Amino acid sequence: MTSPLEQKKLKITGPVVITANRLGDGAVIYRRAEGWTTDINIAAVATTAATASELLSAAHADDLNAVGAYVAPVARNPDGTLRPGNLREYIRLTGPSIDLPVTFGI
Amino acid sequence: MYVYDELDRILVGERVTEFRDQVKRRISGELTEDEFKPLRLMNGVYLQLHAYMLRIAIPYGTLSADQMRTLARVARMYDRGYGHFTTRQNIQFNWIKLEELPDAMALLASAGLHGMQTSGNCVRNITTDQWAGVAPDEIEDARVWAEILRQHLTLHPEFSFLPRKFKIALTAAPHDRAATKVHDIGLRLLRNDAGEVGFEVTVGGGLGRTPFIGKMIKPFLAKRDIVSYVEAVMRAYNQSGRRDNIYKARIKILVHDLGPEAFGKEVEAEWQAIKDGPLTLDPAIIADVAARFKYPDYRRLNDDPSELAHARASDPRFERWFKNSVSRHKVPGYAIVTLSLKPEGGPPGDATAAQMDRIADLAERYSFAEIRVGHDQNLVLPHVAQRDLPALWRALDGIGVATPNVGLVSDIIACPGLDYCSLANARAIPVAQELTRRFRDLGLAQELGRLHINISGCINACGHHHVGHIGILGVEKNGEEFYQLTIGGRADEQARLGDLLGPAVRYHEVADKVEDIVAAYLELRSRPDETFLATVERIGVEPFKERVYAVG
Repeated sequence: MTSPLEQKKLKITGPVVITANRLGDGAVIYRRAEGWTTDINIAAVATTAATASELLSAAHADDLNAVGAYVAPVARNPDGTLRPGNLREYIRLTGPSIDLPVTFGI
Repeated sequence: MYVYDELDRILVGERVTEFRDQVKRRISGELTEDEFKPLRLMNGVYLQLHAYMLRIAIPYGTLSADQMRTLARVARMYDRGYGHFTTRQNIQFNWIKLEELPDAMALLASAGLHGMQTSGNCVRNITTDQWAGVAPDEIEDARVWAEILRQHLTLHPEFSFLPRKFKIALTAAPHDRAATKVHDIGLRLLRNDAGEVGFEVTVGGGLGRTPFIGKMIKPFLAKRDIVSYVEAVMRAYNQSGRRDNIYKARIKILVHDLGPEAFGKEVEAEWQAIKDGPLTLDPAIIADVAARFKYPDYRRLNDDPSELAHARASDPRFERWFKNSVSRHKVPGYAIVTLSLKPEGGPPGDATAAQMDRIADLAERYSFAEIRVGHDQNLVLPHVAQRDLPALWRALDGIGVATPNVGLVSDIIACPGLDYCSLANARAIPVAQELTRRFRDLGLAQELGRLHINISGCINACGHHHVGHIGILGVEKNGEEFYQLTIGGRADEQARLGDLLGPAVRYHEVADKVEDIVAAYLELRSRPDETFLATVERIGVEPFKERVYAVG
């Protein structure tokens, strides 16, 4: 996945959310209309560059709670819930795709 | 072990106090992220996909048992119970909270550990042969010189804001186990025709986006001049290296653009101005640093004791491990033992807190309380009495670090990839895990002989894929993970970059393709003892390409 660190110009081709890492612990968070959430399903969804820009500006302004905000694609499941739009975002939401070493039982 | 002095302890302690204040100011909003980021990076703190990551330097890969226990405590108290040993003899913790970082750092500092200069555009952790000081083929202990350079280059004001990061590696053996030729500066101790020991200096090696093998600019440098000469190289780079383009900022680009000869001349001119000045090493300083490396009080033992012979003859599992993971030591009756952190299905280079604690116990009992970290992401117990090997093996086997695959196909080097890293384009760990399952047959692995697979999850090449015998590079195409395969790379004294085998393949095809490469090797090798690399070097890439890409 192209790293969002290389994201330069805002181009929206589908629904997006604004995501970042929480300052205190680095946890993955999503921008709501006001504030942040760890639940992607209550994130504010933008479908236009203008809305995404607005949300992103608000996210950047909240430097005290969130670090490195950027635009991430999402997709809608048939039941209307949101899922991350690419593998990178899926891994950010759900954690590493591997078992952590402690699960080896040693 | 190197014994730190009061100055080191004060330096590390002061840094913790300073960082604690910086974190406090960041959390209170006194510092913005833009202001804080360079400060955290100076202490090895990155922000990755899911959390903060703390990278801790292990200078020249040498750890005491107490330090290993401290790492285990950090893993347990502040992380998720494990750590990841890297290709640059560092360890990384992946889940540390910013609020808890100062306490974690204070704990590390109590054991002389820190994250200084493990990030940012400065001189990074200076690495060396993980067998330094015990390898029978070395001229002398390269760690002494790594330590002298570490002292000189730690918080060096002139080199704290270089155009880009800077990596130095040393070796003192003809067989390069430290990958010196793919470092910004590679230093190899050698003996000249007059019998004097000095350094061969290579510069401009490196992997990443634009890989180069280092170019030799000084065939022989007297030991007393090592600091002044390294300083001259860095000054030439600091002055002429590009700062306008991050992708062209490493010294390798400068050396390539100018040519090694012209760059060597720049260094020489710089060096002449400082040579024989205050940076010339006084023999007393060298002796003082050397004296701080405390060598074990070895007993007088004989090679191949009866306990060892008996175990080798009576237990085939032990014999297989012995042949694979035990190497000759420079002191009779002792052995160097490599602990494989590459179990079948495991993430390469990871160790749990429980494993770290147990390894520390075993190091105390069997290896004079010393442990080494190799750039191959394995650990080493460097001073094991041969008669203790059977007991040690049983203990190592019990904690999952005795897989007899060192240097074999399943001893895979891999970066954290897209499972952790914010720069990655594709996953590396699950690819490695699948390959270890495919090559779980240790008999086959042994038959294949030395075969290194290196996997990187992006072009930054932390998994050193360019110099893997088989290299795997994860890339992204239209939102999907693809992997480029190279063959024929190597990181040793004959370092070379691998050649591209063919079009990139999908995630689920990688293991099949690697199996095809291995099958092609078995078919194409001229005799059973012709190594994979020797076969590639003899016949080139084409016969492999035909077979691997014709399949299916």
